[in-house]
Order: sequence, then C-alpha cells, then structure tokens
Amino acid sequence: MNFTLKIWRQKDAKSKGKFEKYSISDISPDCSFLEMLDILNEQLVARGEEPVAFDHDCREGICGTCSLYINGRPHGPDDAITTCQVHMRRFKDGDTIVIEPWRAKPFSVIKDLIVNRNAFDKIIQAGGFISVDTGGIPDANAIPIRKEKADQSMDAASCIGCGACVAACKNASAMLFVAAKVSQFALLPQGRIEAKERVQKMVAKMDELGFGNCTNTYACEAECPKEISVEHIARMNREFFGAKVGGRKNIKK
Amino acid sequence: MTKLNSKIPEGHISEKWTHYRSNQNLVNPANKRKLDIIVVGTGLAGASAAASLGELGFNVKVFCIQDSPRRAHSIAAQGGINAAKNYPNDGDSIFRLFYDTVKGGDYRAREANVYRLAEVSNSIIDQCVAQGVPFAREYGGLLDNRSFGGALVSRTFYARGQTGQQLLLGAYGALSKEVAHGSVEMYTREEMQELVIIDGRARGIITRDNVTGELKRYFGHAVVLASGGYGNVFFLSTNAMNSNGSAAFRCYKQGALFGNPCFTQIHPTCIPVHGDYQSKLTLMSESLRNDGRIWVPKKKEDAQKIQKGELKPTEIDEEDRDYYLERRYPAFGNLVPRDVASRAAKERCDAGFGVGPTGLAVYLDFEDAIKRLGRDVIEARYGNLFQMYEKIVDENPYETPMMIYPAVHYTMGGLWVDYELQTTITGLFSAGEANFSDHGANRLGASALMQGLSDGYFVLPYTMQNYLADQIKVPRISTDENAFEEAEKRARERLEKLMAVKGSQSTDDFHKKLGLIMWENVGMDRNKEDLTKAIEQIRNLREEFWKDVKIPGEIDGLNPELEKAARLADYLELGELMAHDALQREESCGGHFREEHQTDEGEALRDDKKFSFVSCWEYKGEGEKPEMHKEDLNFEFVEVKQRSYK
Repeated sequence: MNFTLKIWRQKDAKSKGKFEKYSISDISPDCSFLEMLDILNEQLVARGEEPVAFDHDCREGICGTCSLYINGRPHGPDDAITTCQVHMRRFKDGDTIVIEPWRAKPFSVIKDLIVNRNAFDKIIQAGGFISVDTGGIPDANAIPIRKEKADQSMDAASCIGCGACVAACKNASAMLFVAAKVSQFALLPQGRIEAKERVQKMVAKMDELGFGNCTNTYACEAECPKEISVEHIARMNREFFGAKVGGRKNIKK
Repeated sequence: MTKLNSKIPEGHISEKWTHYRSNQNLVNPANKRKLDIIVVGTGLAGASAAASLGELGFNVKVFCIQDSPRRAHSIAAQGGINAAKNYPNDGDSIFRLFYDTVKGGDYRAREANVYRLAEVSNSIIDQCVAQGVPFAREYGGLLDNRSFGGALVSRTFYARGQTGQQLLLGAYGALSKEVAHGSVEMYTREEMQELVIIDGRARGIITRDNVTGELKRYFGHAVVLASGGYGNVFFLSTNAMNSNGSAAFRCYKQGALFGNPCFTQIHPTCIPVHGDYQSKLTLMSESLRNDGRIWVPKKKEDAQKIQKGELKPTEIDEEDRDYYLERRYPAFGNLVPRDVASRAAKERCDAGFGVGPTGLAVYLDFEDAIKRLGRDVIEARYGNLFQMYEKIVDENPYETPMMIYPAVHYTMGGLWVDYELQTTITGLFSAGEANFSDHGANRLGASALMQGLSDGYFVLPYTMQNYLADQIKVPRISTDENAFEEAEKRARERLEKLMAVKGSQSTDDFHKKLGLIMWENVGMDRNKEDLTKAIEQIRNLREEFWKDVKIPGEIDGLNPELEKAARLADYLELGELMAHDALQREESCGGHFREEHQTDEGEALRDDKKFSFVSCWEYKGEGEKPEMHKEDLNFEFVEVKQRSYK
C-alpha cells in the first residue's frame, strides 16, 4: 500500500511547528500504524534526516504511552483501541494521512508528536489513591464486595491515562480521566473513607492545571480506547456535590 | 576475586525470614530522614519499593525513562498473581507454593529466597485489596482464583486480563501518595547512565535527561536497581519497546556480578511473527490455556495444505488433530509450565506439522470450551484478549482457532543478589526482573508480579535498613566529588563516541542482526557449535556497530535514535555474555535447553552433580572474557528430582 503522510514537525517546545509531507510505499496491510512510522523513520535515517519523534512503548494497547491524532481522531479511525493497535488495513491504498500531537493547553509539545502529560500525574498526586501504607492490612477477604460493584470499579480502573479524552474534548477537559479514578474508589468500601476529600482535591487540581470544563458532548467517551463510560462523570458529579454539601471539610481551589 | 556470600539466615526454612527480621538492624525514625535512597525504575518492584521506603521516612529519589511512572512494562502482565491463600480450599499452602516454584524453576533457585517469596505472597494480596485494586470476585463478594501453568491448585488472583495494570496502578497510587507527602521525588524521562561508587560503596547515579540531553548527578546512601529485564536483546520479544538492560549492565561493568545471564523464558502463547517490519511480539495470556486446547494436524499433508491456505482448521476432523500436550503430558495437559509448552510447540513445527503461512504456529482452540461453557462465559473470561488478537491478526478467535508460537518474554537472569537483595557492590540492591531472581531456570506464570511486589513492598524495606543502620553517620556526599565527575565523564564520552561514528547503518539494522543471531543460536535450543559461532558473530557485529552505526540528530535534546543506540551497545556485550553462560552450562534445565543433554523422550536432562549452581559472571574489561564464579545451590527442604509433568 502507498500513502501520503502529513506529519506535524516541531523541534522543541519553544519552536514553531509545521506540517511536513512524506510519501511512503510498499506498506503491508498487516503492518501496524507505528510500524509504518518505524519504516518512515528508517528511511529518514538513511537519508540523513531526523526521524519523527513519537511516544510509544508497550505496543499492545495497555501502557498508555502512545497518542497521536490520526486524520483528526485521537488514536485513529478504529474504536476502542490505541494508536499502537491500529493496522494499515484500516486505510485505503493511496490515502493521505494527517498525523498530529495531542492538542490541549495543559499538554505542551516536547518535540514533533510528543507531548508532556505530567499534569495527569499531578492530578493523581492530589488524591487519586487510598492512603494506606505498606503492611498491617487485614485479610483480603475480610470485606466482601458485591461483584457488580467490583466489576464497575474495574471498568473505571481500566483507564490507561493516555489523554485521548482531553485531546478529544473541545474544552480540553480532563473530566473522564478524573472521574474514572474517583469512580474506581467511590465504588469500593476501601475508597469510601476518603471519598469526600478525594473528589474535591482532584477536581481542584484539574482546574488549577488549566483543563477546561465539561459541557457534556461525550467526545471523550467516544474516543476513549478503553471505552470508559461518561456514567463515571455523572457519579463524580454526585460525589462532588455530596462532598460540597455534606462534607466536613470544604476544599477550595 | 569477588567472594560470594548469599547470607542465608540460620534455622528451618519456615523460620529463616522471621529469624532475620527479629535480629536485623533497624534505623530509628529520626535518622531515616537523614538517609537518601535512589530507586531506578518504576515497575512493580521499583514503585512499591520507593513508596514503602518513603512511608518509612527515608528520602527517596525515583527515576523512570517513561513520561510517567504508571507506564512501566509490568503494566502489560495479563494473567495474574500467585499467592498461597488457599481460599478455594484445594490444598494450597506456603510450602506448596514454595515447592512448585522451586520445581518449576528446575531446581536452579535459592531455596531460602523462594520460601520467603511464598511466605509474603499473602500479604501482597491484602495490600493490593486495601489499595483499591479491583480483583475479580465471586457472586458472594469474595475474591476469585484461577489456575495457571505448573500448579495443581488454583492460586492465581486476577483482574480480568489486566492484572499487571491494576497492580502497577496500585503501586503507582502508593508512589503518588508519597510524592504528595514529600518523601519521594519523582524524575521522569531520565535514564541512568552510570553508577557512582565511592570507597567501594554505591553512592549515586548519573542520568541523562532524555528531553534536554543534559547529564545529571544524584547522590544516595544506597541505590536500588529495579530496571527490569533484558529480553529485547532478541530484538523481537514481548517486552515494551523501551525496556532495556542497560542500567543493570552498567552496574555489571562497575563490578556487580551478573547471575545466570542465559536463563531466558520463551513464552509459549504469543502471536506468531508475520513480517520483517515487525517491531515486537504480542503475548496472549497463559490463562488462555485453562480453557483453550493446543493442537496441530496429525497428518503432515494437512499441515502443508493449511500453510498454503488450501485448508481451514475448522475443516479438520477431531481424529485428525494432535493435541500434543495432552498426549505427551496427561497429568498437566495444556497447563504444563512454559518452557515445556514452548519446546513442544517448536518440536511439532520443526517436524513439519506447524500451521499458518510460515508453518511456525500451532492452534489454540476454544471450540470445546465454547460448547461446554457458552460464548458468554468465554467472553467474560478472555474478552479483551480475544479483541486484542482480532485487531492484530484480523481473525475471529470465537470462530476459528487462534494461532500462537513461542516468543522471548522474560529473563530469569540478572544482577546477582544475596538474601538481602544486595549485589556484590555494597549498597547496591536489585529487585524484580532486574535481579537474577527466585525463578531459577524457568518462571511459572503469575510469579513475576508476585516477586516484583514481594521485593518492593516486603523485602527491601527490611533488608535495606540492615545496611543503612550503620550509614547514619555518613553525611550526604557532594556531587562535585571526583567520583561523580569521573562517572559523568564516562557517560559523556560514551555518548560522544556513539555520535561520532557517523556510519551508514541504522541502530535497528544492527539490532535486528543481533536479534537473529540470538534467536537462532541462544534461543530455544542451544548447542556447543552454535554458541561458539554466536560468540564470534556477536563480536564481529559489535565491531561493525562501533564503526558504522548512523545516529542522526544532536547529542543534546530529545534523540530517540541515540537512546536506542546506547542501549544496543550494551546488548552487543550482554548477548555475548549470555552465549558464554549458555556454553558453560553443559546440561538442560528449565528454559535453557542444550540439545546435547536430553532424555530419550526429548525432555530436559539436568546434571545436578556438576551444575547445581548459580553462574555469576564478573566483568574483566573490554574485549576480555568474563570470569565465572559459582554460588552452589543446596537443597535441604525439597527433594531434587527429574521434573515430570506426565
């Protein structure tokens, strides 16, 4: 298969970027999207040009490192998968493919297609955990948990922290990411203990870092490679209002 | 000569760890904040160690090469984590988990360490549940278990097919909590280049900031290396693209001994290789073998027709299928350990019965399981794995059997450590896959997660205190000291040398060549002739690499090609070390199969008289053959016998 690629090139955070055009030929339909970029990079190296920098690691859809807007969609044309799982058979021979980095103010470009997602770590550090130290823990079966709740918690916990939800949102809101973590813990008895503080702290940090507000367009759910539902956003909103109204401690921005 | 002391505590095996903890030195709370600890790596072992040490009050600095500590390759572990809880009441116990692990490792692991691992396994499950890890549960609300290869009990806890992800996110949560608390400082996109040694003790590291290219110096009273395994020496493996052995290898070059480098795990159930552009191999969880049946055609002509695409697997009658694992190993069937399953697959394919376009694949079939349990049950158990398979291969595994083939997955070898997980460099500890580990010559499924978290949560926080107790008087050493200066110079010169080559072949060109040499000669079956040849070929390739590698871009700033080349330079030495180790071990054990040493039935044949030891390699300088030392393995509590899964 042959393709024309339009790829965003940017030397570093301070430089101005622009699209560059590349042609690539003889690509197998069984080749993955990132393998196609590997082939392009090998050709660039051979020509003495700098290869395109992009983030990637596990290449099996679980680490959340890979990103990319492909033809205007985060993680490309397929639903429920990450960029590293997209295969070239999903494109037509001769297609022009536009490749861009995540576009969101809190995710600054580091180089080419690589962005800085440290803001996600900062949100988790604000309270996205259960405050137990190592050791001195009762038996794992001491607290039975309804299977249904545990399964819902697992649905939320499958978030891979890739940032597609932010990239897909016209407001660059991180609501789905934050809601997934809040929801995972809110559904479990272990997580209830700090639930009121957690939701307030995480939402405050999200706002502080410059993520936008949620206007319920659900683009995040549509593009989430792990199909995390906006129901978790609804749950987080309930948690948030509950905490504000009934919380002992009101945490301000 | 380096002296090996494994420091195994006295007493009955069930009392050693208790005895150790009762008698070890501790650091008082006020002194803990005067002590700095460096942790390299944020996988299960690194993140759990950093979090736990931070909780105790030490000052921890933790480093990862990824953009976030949540991304280490532990995250990709699918199947589960073992523990001796015996919740299903099926006869499990700490001793049985210990025994299965020693036996599974083909009697090439240290008894005392493995027992401790089994002993703390239960605490890991308690810890993770408290952190909010959503393990699979039964309708009654209690935790569910499933069975895994190499065991006759169901002792594996799991979170769908994403157990590694959930456990890592649990440890990442604990780490984030400590970062917020101020006890842990997190450094992302920084890669360790050199170890700093002062007066014979590990005292710091040099890193490269992979965004700016700047070299940085960090001091620590102790250093923990939890940088993972080196399976990517084979180019194609199930490891993440950035997983690498460099941090551990640089420590080896500074004097840390490397244990059992040739012990590599080839995982039986991976998606087969499909093209020369392929960048990595994808694992299909071993848990699939609980319900899937492995087979190839009985008739060679059927296999040939399938290879040509003239016949479909669903068209082959039941009596014309060879369920070779069930045939050869009736007791364990499809649940034999990984090394056994991998070799059996290779044996069938080499004999001409393989399927798929290359003939290098076998079937993993769910037809019976779907008939017996219904599609819904199979979907609930393995849905995400089936989806992953379909996305890659473009075939529906509910309708046609999956095709699988063995692939490099895990390295049991690594930095040699004693009972305290301390290497032969005082003050340098190693945890998780980076150390030579408790898995002997073959790791059982669901044991890597157990070991990583055991080392990090429950072993290092104790054993490191025993070392640090007499370090409280050591003031923080300035990074302007000579040793830091020299280590940074070593790192800079190495990178400059790489950039200066300005040759004509890319790093990946060389890496693919190395991978091929390794896979063909130091892979699933090994012999003297091939190994000798491989050493020669690797040396030549290394020489060519340093003359002809082409690295575009600048030394400063983000340069993935330079990162790759620096890691490959280490693999080009590590590969040779693996071949030396495989050559000296004139026996077959676990994942190490020497063609010269097999039973009449083609099973691995150990030589306990001569090879019941850990081979520990000492670096002797560039181009010199490394020197081997031995740690003899003594089995007091298990009877060493021929491993049988029949």
